[in-house]
Amino acid sequence: MTRLSTAFSKPHPALVAFITAGDGDTAANLDALVAGGADVIELGMPFTDPMADGPAIQEANIRSLNAGTTTADIFALASAFRKRHPDTPLVLMGYANPMTIRGGDWFASECNKAGVDGVICVDIPPEEDPELGPALRSAGIDLIRLATPTTDTARLPAVLNGASGFLYYVSVAGITGLQVAAQTSIDEAVARLKAHTDLPIAVGFGVRTPEQAANIARVADGVVVGSAIVELVATHGVNAAGPVRDYVASLKSAIISARG
Amino acid sequence: MTTAEPTPNSFRNQPDDRGHFGQFGGRYVAETLMPLVLDLEREYRAAKQDPAFAAQFDDLLEHYVGRPSPLYYAERLTEEVRKNAPAGKGAQIWFKRDELNHTGAHKINNCIGQILLAIRMGKTRIIAETGAGQHGVATATVCARFGLPCFIYMGAKDIERQQPNVFRMRLLGAEVIPVTSGAGTLKDAMNEGLRDWVANVHDTFYIIGTAAGPHPYPELVRDFQSVIGKEARAQMLSRINRLPDLLVAAIGGGSNAIGLFHPFLDDKDVQMLGIEAAGHGLEKEHAASLAGGRPGILHGNKTYLLQDDDGQIAEAHSISAGLDYPGIGPEHSWLKEIGRVRYDSVTDTEALAAFQLLCRTEGIIPALEPAHAIAAVEREAKKMDRDQIILANLCGRGDKDIFTVAEALGTSI
Repeated sequence: MTRLSTAFSKPHPALVAFITAGDGDTAANLDALVAGGADVIELGMPFTDPMADGPAIQEANIRSLNAGTTTADIFALASAFRKRHPDTPLVLMGYANPMTIRGGDWFASECNKAGVDGVICVDIPPEEDPELGPALRSAGIDLIRLATPTTDTARLPAVLNGASGFLYYVSVAGITGLQVAAQTSIDEAVARLKAHTDLPIAVGFGVRTPEQAANIARVADGVVVGSAIVELVATHGVNAAGPVRDYVASLKSAIISARG
Repeated sequence: MTTAEPTPNSFRNQPDDRGHFGQFGGRYVAETLMPLVLDLEREYRAAKQDPAFAAQFDDLLEHYVGRPSPLYYAERLTEEVRKNAPAGKGAQIWFKRDELNHTGAHKINNCIGQILLAIRMGKTRIIAETGAGQHGVATATVCARFGLPCFIYMGAKDIERQQPNVFRMRLLGAEVIPVTSGAGTLKDAMNEGLRDWVANVHDTFYIIGTAAGPHPYPELVRDFQSVIGKEARAQMLSRINRLPDLLVAAIGGGSNAIGLFHPFLDDKDVQMLGIEAAGHGLEKEHAASLAGGRPGILHGNKTYLLQDDDGQIAEAHSISAGLDYPGIGPEHSWLKEIGRVRYDSVTDTEALAAFQLLCRTEGIIPALEPAHAIAAVEREAKKMDRDQIILANLCGRGDKDIFTVAEALGTSI
């Protein structure tokens, strides 16, 4: 069992919580995510050109880069997190260029050394898998692929081929943090995906309220929340840990009671 | 390449079936866009085989754009350059006059092709990014011509410095959307265009303005712009029965350059020179991705980018808003790497001098983009024999730039 598969084997669906590395007091915020009950942590790697992200995460990226965050800083945050939290899976999420600039093998090896469990790369579709996929797989790092409302059944096998860890269902055709998908469309999509894979399905994009999280938890294996947490960091700056922990705890209790 | 290719050693066989030009190009887009990018490729393959598509494209280029554009021998500029050249030196300078196109630049060639593709795919809404506003104006123009709603993303900073083009786009019925994220320039406008596209994939066609972005854009933009080189090649042969010794074109994303170069790539005696914007100088702020960057992934393709060691993208600088982009089309990255095309750069100051030189010697006010090419032409012509021929692409006219030039020359108008 990997840390990720253990997280998705709990009696309740997994809460996957995202923050941007280097925005605010990241170490304290990571601890707050765990304290609030996050089952999987997604640590966003800031990029100058986050073209799949809405305003909240764009601004977090800018704050982080303006504060001087480097790739080395991100791996240091991940390593320190792994020492403090040996069992909580940590996934890096970001864009192709910072991940591949020193070569896929370098990135995979750094992930391995830092105790990173998986990688989500927004702009490397299966068609460009050689860029990063083989390196991650040989280093034992899960490559988490994205499926979207535009990924039809014919295309799904290509997305699933080489995917591991979990499948991230992007519930809206759009950017992070803005629209909310209709619950019926999520129900249908999760059912369709489950017919094609045994990987756990986590659903994200636009999830903000405990009620939305609970609705998704009734059908999916995981709920991803990002922009709403990042907004708390924006509002509270270096004092965000308390509000982040409380908010994550409210999501978690909704998720647990959803299957109750 | 597949064995079906008639000329396996041709430089014109790229990209491969995955959209790669050597190690460059590709389709680095979010999964939401990937099915659409694959659709676009299928539709483009079908359009390429369809004589009706070609006929409509050619007809619009002739009667709406005003093609073929003239091929012009710049006699006075040639004489002027010879004055400062060593004895016997000073090549003949010719121009491909794409600044005489409708809307004043080569950009319209590509927009005609892409809007025909959009209509063919049943898309009902058009988006585009623009820097200087030339591609925005060309896109707004074809949208007006075909009655499609048009949304142009433009950096807030560029909107400030290109007011006449903003007004032109609005007159043509387009909505110009200011982009304040990042530095508020072309790169950020492209990010915002991609964000719009990902949220509106079902009905929206993204008309990308240069030979970059995810496959098949670099290929299809090149093909639509290749009308420049095809015409120029035929015109040269018919006027003086020989090919030029050197082609020169300015490069931002590189669409006018690839359009001129591509039809000549297999003419082994024709040398080619692409000119990047060196801005304040290559050791300072500039926009020369090949000279000062290295390969990376941005905006759907792998290509040379201005970036730091961590792969964070740098801001570009050029006096020419059309060259002010930290990347370059992937085919140029490949042509540089295999050595078929030589690349060099020209500073803001050199481009301004060449701008004025062309105004005074030929009565042509060029855009600041081709002014970079003209500065390089002057440099190269002095090294070449008098019976040699340089052909440069005069890819846009300078009306849009007179305010920028006035400011740079310390004149208020």
